[in-house]
Amino acid sequence: MQIIVPMQQTVDLVEELELNDDGTGVEREYLKFVANEWDEQALEEALLLKEAAGGSVTVVGIDETDVDGTLFSALAKGADRAVKLTGDFENGISSHQRAAILAAWLGTQEFDLVMVGVQSPEDLDGQTGVILANLLDTAHVSVAIGVEPHEGGVKVRQEFGGGTVHELALSGRAVVGVQAATAAPRYVSISRVRAAMQDSPLETLPAADVDAPTGTTVRRLYAPESSSHAEMLEGDADAVAARILEIVRERGIVKELS
Amino acid sequence: MGSDVFTLVEHVGGTVDDSTHELLGKARELATATGGRSVACLLHSGARAGADGLAADVVLSVEHPALEHFLPEAYVKALAALVADHEPRVVLVANSTVGMDVAGGLSARTGNGLVAYCNAITLEGDTLVAISQVFGGKLNAEVAVEGPAICSVVSGSFAPATGGSPDIQDVTASGIDNLTTTFLARIEPEASDVDITAEDILVSVGRGIGGADNIEFAQELADALGGVVSGSRPVTDAGWLSKTRQVGKSGQKVKPKLYIACGISGAPEHLEGMSDAELIIAINSDANAPIFDVAHFGTTEDVLDVLPALTEQIEAAVA
Ligand SMILES: Cc1cc2nc3c(=O)[nH]c(=O)nc-3n(C[C@H](O)[C@H](O)[C@H](O)COP(=O)(O)OP(=O)(O)OC[C@H]3O[C@@H](n4cnc5c(N)ncnc54)[C@H](O)[C@@H]3O)c2cc1C
Ligand SMILES: Nc1ncnc2c1ncn2[C@@H]1O[C@H](COP(=O)(O)O)[C@@H](O)[C@H]1O
Repeated sequence: MQIIVPMQQTVDLVEELELNDDGTGVEREYLKFVANEWDEQALEEALLLKEAAGGSVTVVGIDETDVDGTLFSALAKGADRAVKLTGDFENGISSHQRAAILAAWLGTQEFDLVMVGVQSPEDLDGQTGVILANLLDTAHVSVAIGVEPHEGGVKVRQEFGGGTVHELALSGRAVVGVQAATAAPRYVSISRVRAAMQDSPLETLPAADVDAPTGTTVRRLYAPESSSHAEMLEGDADAVAARILEIVRERGIVKELS
Repeated sequence: MGSDVFTLVEHVGGTVDDSTHELLGKARELATATGGRSVACLLHSGARAGADGLAADVVLSVEHPALEHFLPEAYVKALAALVADHEPRVVLVANSTVGMDVAGGLSARTGNGLVAYCNAITLEGDTLVAISQVFGGKLNAEVAVEGPAICSVVSGSFAPATGGSPDIQDVTASGIDNLTTTFLARIEPEASDVDITAEDILVSVGRGIGGADNIEFAQELADALGGVVSGSRPVTDAGWLSKTRQVGKSGQKVKPKLYIACGISGAPEHLEGMSDAELIIAINSDANAPIFDVAHFGTTEDVLDVLPALTEQIEAAVA
């Protein structure tokens, strides 16, 4: 089975997010980026599927941020090929554009299955994977928590609220949005990533010029103005603990404390 | 572009999901503003689940064997056909697994603008304005859509609408006879070792707890308080806690008297499961973490310092 895994770097959410000058996006220059955690899950599930069914795993990154590290790390984990699609993405791109770029590139590739991360925290206009599937006119399943070989195609476990799961069989080409892999993503040492950097160069080619309007305009980004921000407790851990004890006691929540 | 407001009905085994009633609440308001109808789209295989009671003007009922269970491919194609025929001003779907699978596909197939993770929608004249929660809930985006729109809505954003006697219209399904997706089975979650929805006190751990070995600090506090330990999705995915203890969109919805969030950022999917708790205390070293917007009290002290200190003080107070 020929599997393609599109991988992205996304904003590290623990960082402070500064807005750009016109307030319609985040200031990307100084931000820290990390591999999208759901892409790590998608890659893991793809590698497990390759191990079970044979075939290959190709990772592809649109060079919005410095994806090289993510791609080399995927090679070190067992991906067979890594492709980087370059272009001018300084101002960020939409899910519709990402999907159109990936669809154009996939048009030149042989593949059976595309496994994307179920989402990234930036997806204002929907998930890339689902849009991609519909551009390619293939089936898709999002929020997948397991993919295994099944009668020449794959069986996908799709998760719903409360933990209910549907099992679906996919017989043709498809795009699957992975929420969680069957096993925790494998670890790879820095030395193996370095070795991958020396042994297997990235295939770099320009991303297709796409016209993929979203039909939406971002007017502004802003921090949610919460009507009820938490009252912050001052002092060190002991002082904070003392205040929490007081609050819990006042409310009579723990019988033994009242 | 017409003026109707469409809502995708989510239903399982004859029961309509709560999120659909919330969408219908908003749909009624928007339809009043556009001068159109609130139209519920019910895709099914014969049961017409709860169609009579939906708070909409019209129910478009599409019946087909492929619609017996949720099949992403079938839903997207059937809904795209309805949208192409009727050209609604806006389509509302829940930001659930179903909605995530349908909204993007519908946008790709129809070209209609999609705003995901919405928690507010208004009309300013002809412009639809939606608020989308981005970056894990750290920022809101105000998004304008001039043309036909699709909004996927975070659960709990709108007040539900009930009561109605909609005009039910049968529509022939088109384009879903040859699918490459087949439904195999529905699997309900296993019975739980503990029912976190029935507990008064939850000490809930997130990725910020740092590792499986540190769960014991939360367990000790839960023991001292007479509560149980629950957690966020990454914690159960990593196997640090059993899946049955997961709070949130794909876990359990809880409403305890006390919820102590330990190293949980407060992503929209987590808040969906716990924001109704009576008292929320959040311990998170990032002062900008969204959890502080729903918490009543908070601290940015290290969770690994606060937990043992609190346990010790509570044990001393009880003794
Ligand atoms: C379809 C779908 C369904 C989902 N369903 C759920 C669900 O049911 N439940 C759920 O929880 N999530 C769910 N998620 C995932 C959700 O998007 C978030 O990824 C998740 O909630 C984040 O978990 P977290 O807060 O534990 O981790 P993070 O977001 O990584 O947050 C960790 C926090 O810990 C803080 N921290 C770190 N170190 C310390 C320290 N020493 N002391 C104090 N604080 C510290 C950090 O500041 C950070 O805010 C779902 C996602 C999708 C796409
Ligand atoms: N720059 C990118 N390069 C490759 N794949 C991407 C890129 N951006 C998004 N994707 C894929 O699309 C998925 C969903 O992204 P999003 O639409 O942002 O939710 C990610 O998890 C990736 O698999």
